[in-house]
Amino acid sequence: MPERVELSVNGRALSVPWGTTVAAAVALAGETRFRRSVHGDARGPLCGMGICFECRLTINDEPHARSCLILCADGMEVRTDE
Amino acid sequence: MNSARLSFDLVVVGAGPGGLAAASVAAERGGSVALLDNSPWLGGQIWRGEQARPAVPRARQWIERFLASGARAVMQASVFASPDRGVLLAETPAGRLTVRFKQLILATGARELFLPFPGWTLPGVVGPGGLEAMVKAGWPVAGRRVVVAGSGPLLVAVADGLRRYGARIPLIAEQAPQVRLARFATGLWRYPEKLSQAVAMKARLLGIPYRAGIWPRRAEGRERVERVVLTDGKRSWTVECDLLACGWNLVPNTELPRLLGCALAGGFVRVDEFQRSSVAGVFCVGELTAIAGGDAALVQGQIAGLSAAGAAGAARELFAERWRWHRFGAALTRAFALRPELRALAGRETVVCRCEDVSREAVERCRDAREAKLHSRCGMGPCQGRICGAATQFLFGWESDSIRPPVFPVRVESLLTASEHSKPVSNLSDPTP
Ligand SMILES: Cc1cc2nc3c(=O)[nH]c(=O)nc-3n(C[C@H](O)[C@H](O)[C@H](O)COP(=O)(O)OP(=O)(O)OC[C@H]3O[C@@H](n4cnc5c(N)ncnc54)[C@H](O)[C@@H]3O)c2cc1C
Ligand code: FES
Repeated sequence: MPERVELSVNGRALSVPWGTTVAAAVALAGETRFRRSVHGDARGPLCGMGICFECRLTINDEPHARSCLILCADGMEVRTDE
Repeated sequence: MNSARLSFDLVVVGAGPGGLAAASVAAERGGSVALLDNSPWLGGQIWRGEQARPAVPRARQWIERFLASGARAVMQASVFASPDRGVLLAETPAGRLTVRFKQLILATGARELFLPFPGWTLPGVVGPGGLEAMVKAGWPVAGRRVVVAGSGPLLVAVADGLRRYGARIPLIAEQAPQVRLARFATGLWRYPEKLSQAVAMKARLLGIPYRAGIWPRRAEGRERVERVVLTDGKRSWTVECDLLACGWNLVPNTELPRLLGCALAGGFVRVDEFQRSSVAGVFCVGELTAIAGGDAALVQGQIAGLSAAGAAGAARELFAERWRWHRFGAALTRAFALRPELRALAGRETVVCRCEDVSREAVERCRDAREAKLHSRCGMGPCQGRICGAATQFLFGWESDSIRPPVFPVRVESLLTASEHSKPVSNLSDPTP
């Protein structure tokens, strides 16, 4: 298993330890806003376990991924706030 | 879209203590057993991360016992439907999985209860257990100020855990009044393990103010939480923070048992002494049947696993131990019962349904969850009412609405029932050791 994983968050390169979730990587990148609500308010993770859908973001052009459930993988492109 | 089919004598859903114990003891007695869980790791809520970085001896024991038992782990498999008797559908990264079973043990655990208050939707307001899970998966808290609030024994456990990751905890605010907690603590002598845990934790927590009878009135900040206004019902004051970890104890994940037709009582699945639900061949264990902690889940899981394997005698030997933990659970429930003032926290404009941004005033005159749905889309977003449903049950006394598959949103392809080519099951993710 590789020790570290290289990915990008909003275009910024990031190296995280293997086993880091995408949600954690977004926080490590200094972002707090994961998405916008129906009325445009800033939202971020609430439940941390796949239930609330507040941590949704775009991974490799696929929208609505629950970032708290997904482990970072090499070459992943993560975009928040869409 | 790939699709695979598997068939087992016994299928267990949920790899927390309840499911691990059930699958292990059943597989040790022969027969084919599969354990399905939607996360990448064995361990469930309490032992999350233990498989990757073992720290708790008992977690390791059970995980090793499970791995040696001959049961098959199918990880990252979210069970979302049961189209026929004896059949479950799960979504996995490799595609849809059809699993046939003769008997089924559900151990889907609980989730945190979240109640609306002004500012609870700000980024940085998170569940305490959820935050701990995210921290174990790399979320940075070193040097951050985390106010821990809400209710339940989880608050202290989480604050303790967060501190070890370098977080600063200005305050633990427990809504339950001090007198009730004192009564609970004096009853703990009957549960020596819990008492030593509590004492050890308290020692380490020295220096963290823990206050009972305190709760958050609102969270404030621009695009993220920056401070929280706390109250004791009379006075209010402000505490600056980077994160507010706020949860109001636990509610069981009953979606799957309800989908299968298992009868509930008081919000939990009704089971008999062998953990059998009202549906033949379907057992339920752990937090699904009572909020009583990991020890209760372990005993219940063993009882169900043994019963499913036809070892009723061995199951019976565990009844006394289960009774002990059930009494402990009942004492917990009494001690941490939620105070009625919390119903008034959400103002008229406070969002109740976060998925659809529905405010309290848009739904509070409705008679029930169904009417609120028709009126306002409350509960119709991707979480399918998992967050607002529990909240409106507390706020307005609404019962949860009837359940329909899928029990959580899945990719469209997962729903297609057309005959697909089969995929070698070896491609499914096994737990990463
Ligand atoms: C967020 C959180 C953190 C907690 N932390 C602690 C703690 O630190 N200490 C403590 O003493 N107690 C903790 N608890 C309490 C804990 O729930 C119990 O002590 C214990 O884990 C219950 O065991 P269980 O087997 O009933 O269920 P759980 O351990 O909750 O396991 C249930 C498993 O089922 C999976 N699952 C649910 N639905 C599906 C589905 N449809 N398809 C596939 N898989 C599914 C879940 O992902 C989970 O892995 C926590 C609870 C929560 C909600
Ligand atoms: S934080 Fe709730 S689903 Fe990810």
